[in-house]
Parts: sequence; C-alpha cells; structure tokens
Amino acid sequence: MKALFTTKMKTQGKAGAKQVLVSFGATVFALALGMLLIYAIGFDPFSAVVAMVDGAFGSKNAFGETLVKMTPLIFTGMSYALASRCGLTNLGMEGQLYMGALAGTATGVYVSGLPAALHLPLTILAGFLGGALWGLIAGALKVRFGASEIITTVMLNTIAISFIDYMVNGPMIEPPGINCQTQPVQSTAQLPNLISGTRAHWGFVIAIVFVVLFWLFLWRSKRGYEVRVAGLNLSAARYSGIHTDKNILLVMFLAGGLAGLAGCNEILGIQIRMIPEISPGYGFDGIAVSLIGNNTPFGIVIGALLFGAFRAGGNRMQIRAKVPNAIVSVVQALVIFAVVASQMLLDKWNEHQMKKMNRQESEVA
Amino acid sequence: MDLLQTIGGYLFTDIRMAAPVLLAGLGLLLMNWSGLLNIGAEGTMLIAALAAVAGSHYFGSVWMGLLLAMLAGAVFGLLFAVLTVTLRANQTVVGAAINILGLSLSTTLNRVLFGVETTVTKVDSFKVLEIPLLSKIPVIGQAFFAQMPIVYIAFLLVPVMHYFLFKTKPGLNLRSVGENPRVADTLGINVYRTQYLATIIGSMIIAAGGAFLSTGLLNFFTEDMVAGRGYIALAAVIFGKYKPAGIMIAAMIFMAGNVVSNVLQVAGVGIPYTFLTMIPYILTIVALTIFASRAVAPASLGKPYKRG
Repeated sequence: MKALFTTKMKTQGKAGAKQVLVSFGATVFALALGMLLIYAIGFDPFSAVVAMVDGAFGSKNAFGETLVKMTPLIFTGMSYALASRCGLTNLGMEGQLYMGALAGTATGVYVSGLPAALHLPLTILAGFLGGALWGLIAGALKVRFGASEIITTVMLNTIAISFIDYMVNGPMIEPPGINCQTQPVQSTAQLPNLISGTRAHWGFVIAIVFVVLFWLFLWRSKRGYEVRVAGLNLSAARYSGIHTDKNILLVMFLAGGLAGLAGCNEILGIQIRMIPEISPGYGFDGIAVSLIGNNTPFGIVIGALLFGAFRAGGNRMQIRAKVPNAIVSVVQALVIFAVVASQMLLDKWNEHQMKKMNRQESEVA
Repeated sequence: MDLLQTIGGYLFTDIRMAAPVLLAGLGLLLMNWSGLLNIGAEGTMLIAALAAVAGSHYFGSVWMGLLLAMLAGAVFGLLFAVLTVTLRANQTVVGAAINILGLSLSTTLNRVLFGVETTVTKVDSFKVLEIPLLSKIPVIGQAFFAQMPIVYIAFLLVPVMHYFLFKTKPGLNLRSVGENPRVADTLGINVYRTQYLATIIGSMIIAAGGAFLSTGLLNFFTEDMVAGRGYIALAAVIFGKYKPAGIMIAAMIFMAGNVVSNVLQVAGVGIPYTFLTMIPYILTIVALTIFASRAVAPASLGKPYKRG
C-alpha cells in the first residue's frame, strides 16, 4: 500500500516540470483573454497593462507594494493548498483571516509591559490561533456531524465579518468612539519595515519562513505524509490505518492558522489597527494562488507574486487607465479556468499517447 | 386579530425572501441529480442580478431583464459543463472560480454600465400580482396570493420539478446518470448530454433567483448583493434531502432567520444589529449539522464520468 502511494507521488513529481510549463502557458492565455475583455468594455488594454506593470514593478515603492500584497496571499494560498492536499476544500480563508487579525489586534493593543522580543511573537501566535480555532470549527463539524466544510466555511466567513463589525464598533472601539476602528497596536507588537521608503514589512520574511515550514510538514514529516495519502484516497488511507478524522482536525486547524497569519501580519505591518474591511478578498485569492502553484511551496510563492503584482498594479491601472480594478479578479477567475482546463487537456493528451504506445507495442508483438 | 395579522405579515415576508433561495436550490438540485456538484450558484446569481438590471434598464421591461439574466446563467452553466463534464476538471475548484468570476464581472460591468457614482440606477421591477378573491382570505391571503409573479413561479416549480424528477422517463434518466453513469450509459442514455442540459437549465433557474434579488426584492444592483444566498441554497438542498419540497421547507426556514432578525431589530431587544445579521448563516450551519448525515446524496455526485 505504502509503496503504491510512493510511486504515485514520485511520478507526480516528475510530471511537475511539464505541469509548471502548462500552468505558465495557461496563465499567459488567460492574461490575453483579460486584455481582450478590457478592450471589449471600452478601454485601451495596452495602457492598462503598462499602468499595471508600472504599478507593480516600476519603482522601488511599486515593488514594495507588490511585496505587501504578496504577503497575505502566500498565507491564504498555503491555507487552501494544505486543506486541498488533505482532500478538503477550505473556502473560509477570508473569515479565518479576519479572526486572526482580530486576535492579533487584541493581543497587540491590550497586552502591555512586554519587550518587543516577547510581545511580537506572542501577538503573532495569537493571530495564528485566532484563525486556527475558526478553521477548527469547520473541521469539527465535518468530523463529528459530516457537515460539508465547503458550506460551513463560507457561512463562518460571513459570521466572522459581522463579528468583527461588532467588535470594532463596540467593545474594541477606540475611545471616545467616533471612528469605527480600534486603538493602534503598541509599538512593541508592530512588524518593522523591511525596505526603507516602501511599505514592505517583515511579515514577508515570516511568510517565507512559513513556506519552508509548510514544505517540512507535508514532505518531511510522518503526519504530513499521512495527510497527503488521505488527500489522494480517503478510504485507502483509512484502510491502511491512518487516523483520517484526526488529520482533518489538524489540517483545518493549521490551514485556519495560516489564513489567520495573513490577517495578523496585515495588521501588524500595514494597518496597525483593526478596521472593518482589512481584506479586499485575499482569502478567495488564495484559491487561485494555490492552484497556479499546484499546491507546492515554490509554486505558491510564484502564484502569490503574480496575484500580488495584480493587486498592486490594479490600483494604478484604475487611477491611470480608468479600468475598474475588479477586472483583476475577473482575470484571476480566467486564470483558474485556463489552468484547470490545460491540466485536464494535458492528462487527456498523455492518455492518448499511452494508448498509441500500447497499440504500437501490440502491433510489434 | 392583530397578532394574526402580524403573523400573516411575517409569512408574507418569509415567502418573498425564500423565493430566490428556493429557485437557486431547485436549479442546483437538477445539477446534483445529474451527478454534478456546482458550488457556483453565488456567482451565477450575481451575474444574473446585474444582467436583470441591465436588461430592465435598456429594454424598459423587467421581463426582458429576466430573459437576459437567464441567458447569462445559461452561459455560466455552459462554462461549468465544458470544464467539468468534457474536461472532467475538479467541480469544486471550477465552482469556486465561477463565484469569483460572477462577483468580479458583475462589479466591473456595473461600474462600466452605470458609473461609480453613489446614486444607483433604479429600474423597472416586478409588481405584485394580486390573485382576485384568494388574496382576500384573512391572515394568509396576502402572504400566498399577493406576491410577485416570479414568487408564484418559484413555488409552482416545486411540484413541477418533483413530477419531472420522480414521475417521468427523462427525470428517471437524469437521476440514473447521477446515481450510476456507467449503468446509465450502457442503457443508452447520453450521459454527457444529460449533464450539459441539467447544468444549463439548472443555471438558468438559479439565474432567475438572482434576477429576483435585483428586480424583485430591490430595483437596483449593488455589489455582492447575493450575500451568501447561493451557498445557503447549497445547504438547503442537503437539508431538503435532495427533494424539491424539502428545499422549499429549507428555504423558508433559513429565510425565517432573516424575518426573525428583522423583527428583533424593530423590537429593539438590545441585541446588537451585527449579531442579528448573523442569524440566517448560523441557522444554516446548525441545520446542516443536524441533518447532513441524514441526507443521502446521489451516489455519483461530484465524481467526473469517463466513457469507455
């Protein structure tokens, strides 16, 4: 049983290179479609692209913005990917992100008297736990009651966002209570700047550290191996004695925590305080990020770079070329369609080649 | 008498609020019975809501809006079918992307068509169609017989869909595709064509639900106005045990949460507004938790079918 899965996983690794090439081609195709759409709704696609590239990479400041947008996307991409590796669909990144941000803000604002060396890690841990516990709810409902995590995670998103609305307007509102925002987190809990003259902060470095941890967990630990086996074939995993229920709980906890860090870092590095709308949809962006990256650590970083650049450049495009920046998410959906379709076409082509080889072999015989 | 009138009023609101979720649920049901799990109802409803406003605005008729919305739904359904039936892509991933597309495309087109000003463009919307005599029945008359035409259509679709699925040959064929496509195939049923038809028609029904949001409940489009109803419809299908009547009851219970939250809000019981808005979503989770294990899904739901 174990050998079978190992072989299956290895062949997947070999096909990886081809996979990357196909994903790349599909992305280019989707971008071209996006430009066509910009043209169709009455704008100049080329000036849009120029504005976007300029806004994402045109200057030190622009590149800093790309890093800023990349940071939460690395986390939500990993969150979706981790659940996906275990055969789960986590659509709750947005809610987990908000709960992580809230827990981080609370720890950053209300815990005082600690040196930064203690306060900052504690706050980040709180951010992780906030998201993790929110994710665990969906995991527990699935294990205990068989409730589909696809639906529960989405419902939990709405509940989390309403809850944050309440907290920011009520118990945590900054005195005297004029603006709906919390107090700023203390300086001991803020993430230091990474590149001077930009908004890029150390949250990016933390994200990269977690990418390494993500790799270590999935490919270098026994538990991670079990998770991947369960993702490939649930009933076979159960048959070979893997505690799938325990793994579902663990994975939803960790995936929630990763999304929670996306929100917490955004607070500690950029917003400094909690406001009702800290995320322009980083949660759902995680799906495309992980998909482009084929659920691999390196691929997720690349996917986050692409969509981070989109987010950073999208704002510039809206200002300069007047194209609504929601088009960035349209392109994102197109990228998902193109990547998924091309992967399936690749599969079909491989199958076709296999059949041809078999036929030739039988003719020789 | 006053109390009865109030109850009648709640029932009226509940039925009206349940209609879009019911339509979305019935559309999903058609797909589910053909073996396809489409979580993209939310996005389909959003693009339909925009298309309805655009159609109503440019052609001056709410019915043209509905037509345009259903066309948009058909296109989204076709997209889903090509990717999941022909290319056998992961249905959940494609559905999630449909939701992203529906949200972002409706937002983009809304800004392009109607501008980014704070004033919304109001359009012709559905009018209440009072049924003579019946609407005069005390307490329930207004609730059942003084609704908009699309509400009647939604609720009449329940027995129609039940009859189709469980009493006709094409309905039986559809269900056999969802239960066991290989057997259906050997019996001479065209599995792919069945799934394509179910997806396209199902998406058009979902789209009608979206159209009702922007040209029935309201008379304009706002960004992200579906607000999770597409997902609530998914839960309604499970809660309703994959039967039209069950979905109807589920939609009415989930949306009663909305009514309750409105009532509590007006009564001013001191519960913060934000908590009241959570009620329908919490109710959905609770219902799903209690009933998820009792619902038996079509056996091949979500599994791509490969011929030969």
